Amino acid sequence: MFDAHIVRKDFPILNRLVDGKKNIYMDTAASAQKPLILLKRLEKAYMEEYANVHRGSYWLSEVATENYEKARQIAAKFINAESHDSIIFTRNATEGINLVAGTYGLAKLNEGDEILLSRAEHHANLVTWQQTALKTGARIVYFDLDDCGNFVWNNFATALSSRTKIVAVTAMSNVLGTIFPVEHICKAAHDIGAKVLIDACQFAVHKKIDVQKFDCDFLAFSGHKVYGPTGIGVLYGKYDLLKEMPPYQYGGDMIEHVSYENTTFALPPARFEAGTPAIVQAIGLSASLEYMMQFNFDDIEQYEAELIDYTTKRLLDISGLKILGTAKDKGGVFSFAIEGIHPQDLAFILAKEGVAIRTGHFCAQPLVNALGYNSLARASLGIYTTKEDIDDFIAALQKAKNFFANEI
Amino acid sequence: MSVENLIDDFSFLDNWEDKYKYLIELGNQLPHFDDTQKIEQWKISGCQSQVWIIPHFSSSSLSFQGDSDAIIVRGIIAVVLEIFNDKSAQEILDIDVEEIFDKMGLREHITPNRRSGMLSMVDKIKFYARRSLEEKNEHS
Repeated sequence: MFDAHIVRKDFPILNRLVDGKKNIYMDTAASAQKPLILLKRLEKAYMEEYANVHRGSYWLSEVATENYEKARQIAAKFINAESHDSIIFTRNATEGINLVAGTYGLAKLNEGDEILLSRAEHHANLVTWQQTALKTGARIVYFDLDDCGNFVWNNFATALSSRTKIVAVTAMSNVLGTIFPVEHICKAAHDIGAKVLIDACQFAVHKKIDVQKFDCDFLAFSGHKVYGPTGIGVLYGKYDLLKEMPPYQYGGDMIEHVSYENTTFALPPARFEAGTPAIVQAIGLSASLEYMMQFNFDDIEQYEAELIDYTTKRLLDISGLKILGTAKDKGGVFSFAIEGIHPQDLAFILAKEGVAIRTGHFCAQPLVNALGYNSLARASLGIYTTKEDIDDFIAALQKAKNFFANEI
Repeated sequence: MSVENLIDDFSFLDNWEDKYKYLIELGNQLPHFDDTQKIEQWKISGCQSQVWIIPHFSSSSLSFQGDSDAIIVRGIIAVVLEIFNDKSAQEILDIDVEEIFDKMGLREHITPNRRSGMLSMVDKIKFYARRSLEEKNEHS
């Protein structure tokens, strides 16, 4: 059975005091904390196994290359990709999305074509396509969620048209928590000949990714959100599509043959990994992914569902508090507003109580504005979040509320 | 109220509740902007709350008005204005605001965190001071 109290012990930082207070970390949606096993893996990679990859024919380089390529296989296993050749290491999900937009998008989109996005996309999956639309003359079409943040099939289906060439959607909203029915989205998009990119940044933390079941064309996520290092991300692409795509950046390690006049490019994934990659970060990521895979995702989901119910109930006990995003199918993020208290002021007080939450627009400014706010507060759950964390978080909220009740 | 008085007051308060209460009190003394003042031109970008700073230039000094939609932030603005108002451009550029906030026990609010944006408020004030100095040099 999954026990967050035991899991918590794997994360050294959660046991330290922050500013003299117990560390109540409620900002996993922004970046997750790191298990000891990852830190040890990074240390080992640097202390015992480090050299550049794909180049030297000496022992250390062979070991480093083997570990780096093994990391690719582990990433493939994590998302159930048909082949590790479909896995491209990027800096983060943002770079993965930029890569698809900047290669496939620029090559395939023409004037009159449409890119279909939800209104809940964060900037990585919105600004990128806005710029691609500007360059290609394609048009962005948005579909709405309902007022609770539910995905509404009819809204999506009516926005989809014969002009839609790319559907780019999150699998889980970082603001509302809404889980998107990606499998059905892919099916409907493919029926009209469109390709689908899934932004799995938040989804990857909470649910099992299965790219073959989803049948998505591209999928991107960031390492640092799945308990891995910063500076590493994964882009999955169907191999036949990757093969058609021009390079994204140019340099070493992505070439087949170079003369002074001309260059032929390597096959994917090497084609999309120009220059020395984030070797140790990729190896570290594989340790974090293996750490996650030791758990049964069904157990994690069940535990999280209970914690979501509990958190929702406790939050709604606070008078004047409104949760933004109450979709039936939602993951562990809670965006909220408390009447009369600015999120920034709230965060100041919570910080003094050792509680880390995010405030602002969470890199999804259009959505937060559309909900009628300039700024919101957000608490998010990780596999190490316990019921006691929620109690401490709620107590801090109450304290903040009392503090401001006397001030306003 | 001088900066020295503020430093004395804040260092006398030894817990965050009292410090924040005092900040809010200081913020309450700031007049609220009307909608004609809450415009993009005066908005400080990069803040988690909305912050507006309006500069006023006179021949020998600069002064500023400020407002925010967050009340603790209004208090921080009040302190920042106390530090910088009615100073010459050169004086403004010479002020080590971090040191002053440190003495008040409020240093965490002025550390270089572009998201919390308090420092961008100070950067903007220093930007106006630099511009005013450059303009003066051009005329002389």
